[in-house]
Amino acid sequence: MSSEKAVTLRVNGNEVNIITPAHRTLLEALRHEGFVEIKSGCEKGDCGACAVLLDGVPVDSCITLAWHAEGRDVTTIKGLGNSDSPDPLQKAFIETGGAQCGYCTPGMIIAAKALLNENPEPSLDDIKKALSGNLCRCTGYTKIFEAVQIAAEDLRKEGEAA
Amino acid sequence: MNQVDTSPNAIPNVNLRQVGKNKPRNDSPTKVYGKAIYAGDLIMDDMLFAKVLHSDRACADIKSIDVSVAKTLPGVHSVLTADDLPATNAVMTDMPGQVGGGTKNTKQPILAKERVRFYGEPIALVAAESYELAQRALDLIVVDYEDTEGVYDAFDAQKPDAPIVYGNDNIVAAYKVRKGDIEKGFQEADFVLENTYSSQYQEQAFLEPEAAVAWVDEHDILNIRSSTQVVEHFRAVADALGMPHNKVHLQAPYVGGGFGGKEVMTIEVWLALLAMDAQRPVKLKQTRENSFISHGPRHPFTITHKTGVTKDGKITAAKITLTSDAGAYAKLSPYILLYATVGATGPYRVDNLWIDSTSAATNNLPTCAYRGFGTMQATTACEAQMEELSKLIGLDSLEFRRKNFIQTGDPNATGQIIRSAVWSDQCATKAREALGDKPKSTEHTVYGHGLACYQQSYGRIRWMKDTSESWVGLEMDGTLIVRCAVTDIGAGQMSALAQIAGEVLGVPMEEITVYFGDGHVNPLAGTSTASRALYMTGKATELAAKNVRNNLFECMAEYFDVRPEELDLGDSKVFVQDNPERCMSVKDMAKHCAAQGVHRHSLEIYRAPPSEGLDPETGQGEVFPDFTYGAHAATVAVDTDTGEVTVIKSVGAHDVGQSINRQAVEGQIEGSALMGQGFALSEELILEKGVLKNGSFSEYLIPTSEDVPEIESIILESRSGLGPFGSKGIGEPVFSPVAASIVNAVADAIGTRIHHLPLTPEKVLTAINEEKTKEAAE
Ligand code: FES
Ligand code: FES
Repeated sequence: MSSEKAVTLRVNGNEVNIITPAHRTLLEALRHEGFVEIKSGCEKGDCGACAVLLDGVPVDSCITLAWHAEGRDVTTIKGLGNSDSPDPLQKAFIETGGAQCGYCTPGMIIAAKALLNENPEPSLDDIKKALSGNLCRCTGYTKIFEAVQIAAEDLRKEGEAA
Repeated sequence: MNQVDTSPNAIPNVNLRQVGKNKPRNDSPTKVYGKAIYAGDLIMDDMLFAKVLHSDRACADIKSIDVSVAKTLPGVHSVLTADDLPATNAVMTDMPGQVGGGTKNTKQPILAKERVRFYGEPIALVAAESYELAQRALDLIVVDYEDTEGVYDAFDAQKPDAPIVYGNDNIVAAYKVRKGDIEKGFQEADFVLENTYSSQYQEQAFLEPEAAVAWVDEHDILNIRSSTQVVEHFRAVADALGMPHNKVHLQAPYVGGGFGGKEVMTIEVWLALLAMDAQRPVKLKQTRENSFISHGPRHPFTITHKTGVTKDGKITAAKITLTSDAGAYAKLSPYILLYATVGATGPYRVDNLWIDSTSAATNNLPTCAYRGFGTMQATTACEAQMEELSKLIGLDSLEFRRKNFIQTGDPNATGQIIRSAVWSDQCATKAREALGDKPKSTEHTVYGHGLACYQQSYGRIRWMKDTSESWVGLEMDGTLIVRCAVTDIGAGQMSALAQIAGEVLGVPMEEITVYFGDGHVNPLAGTSTASRALYMTGKATELAAKNVRNNLFECMAEYFDVRPEELDLGDSKVFVQDNPERCMSVKDMAKHCAAQGVHRHSLEIYRAPPSEGLDPETGQGEVFPDFTYGAHAATVAVDTDTGEVTVIKSVGAHDVGQSINRQAVEGQIEGSALMGQGFALSEELILEKGVLKNGSFSEYLIPTSEDVPEIESIILESRSGLGPFGSKGIGEPVFSPVAASIVNAVADAIGTRIHHLPLTPEKVLTAINEEKTKEAAE
């Protein structure tokens, strides 16, 4: 039997204590705790469905070991916003129809968030590059690009208003 | 970007309040907030985790399977092989869901017993306390195989000495069409052109691998919550386990993409067996690698066209043969072959026609349903031939097509008279216009334009006697409920029903709750396949909503002292059309009508038009309810040094009858543009003697965000379809011409045609070099 490890981390701002087999990925460990908004499409780092922010940096949680997140901040799609206080990306994905089956959506929005945090005025090419690790089979990406552009615009306006 | 066409042919005076508009889908919020629960997300107390042992041989006898050590591993609760199953050990893969009419021989073993016939065939099932443990148990199972001689090519499989995989002769299905007089037709031709085109395996690559949870509840009902396009597989699960149909409850939450890959039963029966054996909830999520071998990819087809044309561009005769590789089991191959046969002549009228089509079994992966369902492969070949014919006679390719397009009232390949609008010409004209001018070639880059048209059915084969039911009810507070067991696989199936019911009853779609995906609490709606979901479930919902409206109007007419026809519903109000001031809110109307005992609910059934099948000798008869027509056009750039093809612009122009949700239609066109691009240029499952060599997302490359061209959707509305408000099916139709348009664009760019897909850089470069050599020689 492989050894177990206790890991303490914050998920969407709340402290979470987990006991997990040492080799378990962050993806499996968090899903096991009920954070099933993190999806898995390949478990090899190829599709981006499992993307979360780890201390603000996007990672594929399927190729990150759980203990690696010890003491760190994990943000999932639920940490970005909800219907009462949506993230501009979430609003824009609803508006444009950027989610079809929705399975790639949590990872896609996380990757887009990471981009907008770094680069508030991304060009279309910047967006394409930033999302290139996130596969979507339904949308042809076009409405996803539109959503990211709308969200960037909203964020800029918010910034100006503030 | 999109354009609206209100052509003079459209039915006038259609006053729609929300149908056809750009409405955010009502399934979007739950998905973008991370709340949507998919089949693999369900967590239950006491749940076990399952793994499946798949064969790593394509063709072998099984000498023995030793599970004794695996069984003793602590924490392992169930290890099942064929020996533990009901003696029949068979699951039906025929006609998913409802079955009207006869079935084909499409039974398949649940677990392999004495023999494996394809790479990935399931052999054993394990349920344990964790996935890790289940995997350890799998690793401890010892299978003693003895490889036997297999057959890995659909033509070899038909030779007299071929190893037998299926039946007596490996023929899974065959059709023929005999119409007119092809001898005479070819005599009338000024030119005769013969070409063979072939296409490859394509993987559905939905983002959510197959997943399900199964459990037996307090009423001894076996529940399965699964990622499936077809909840009516509960019957096949029950039959496989020898249980009564009413003891199996199959439901589908949101499904993370299907594209046909979740049409035939995938993992449900395995989980059912494990949950019954362990008497605990069991979850199974396929790994991506196992997903590649757990459903059936797209059929490779080889299609030969021999076509006669006059010098002014009229097709006088066509002789077409189609061969598909069914793989080791029939699954839906017979039906897919039929679709390809009907689609072999595309949207063109051919009065002297001879078609032979065959699907042969091999030891390759069993192939199955995939968006386009045979029609797409047939379209790709047909449109290549059309392009070559127009070149041969020196006619503009659209002009040539125009001379041959089927028109409303014409017969198609099987003699079915087309009754709805056929706007092939309008669509093709607009699609090509939208491409604009072709960029000028440079030293290392050549550009090409390509066009493709199609005829794709929507709705299932008519002799299956397809039906769909839906229930619409007005609650006491004026809110609406739709109950309809349609599965929502991502195209907005559920949301469309809200929009339709809302349109009829004057309530905004946001205020409507739709219960879907569960046929045991909602009326059965049939499958989300065959571009039928919107057509069939939408129609049933429209009918049910109209019944409710009629009941309400009868009561309200009395209240307003007018005739029911003088009333209308809109903006959450009932009002007198001539005097909208005379109105009442839907909420008050609901109360008023309830107090009068008005029936505010309705259950309706929609029945697709039936038919009796094809004449086996002539292949003539009515196969489908109706067809969608349209076109796709593309501009490509080809790097002449590397052979790499880049799609620059991709335009879909389609007569969708009536768009229900414009944004959702665009979403289908855009998604199709990329999926078709993948098929044309890069996607191909590589099998070596039946063994899959590239079954992962790092080896099998689907288009990414960096491959996205400029995509334009042109939506035309003839309102002539059989669906709600005159809509036609679109999920498959908008996909079918995409690859063909890109292939034609590449041929235009490099001046020569590659007959075998996909157009990888190696193939393109070879073709360019051969062309150069040929030119040099001339
Ligand atoms: S599941 Fe992590 S990248 Fe695919
Ligand atoms: S919406 Fe289905 S994979 Fe992206």
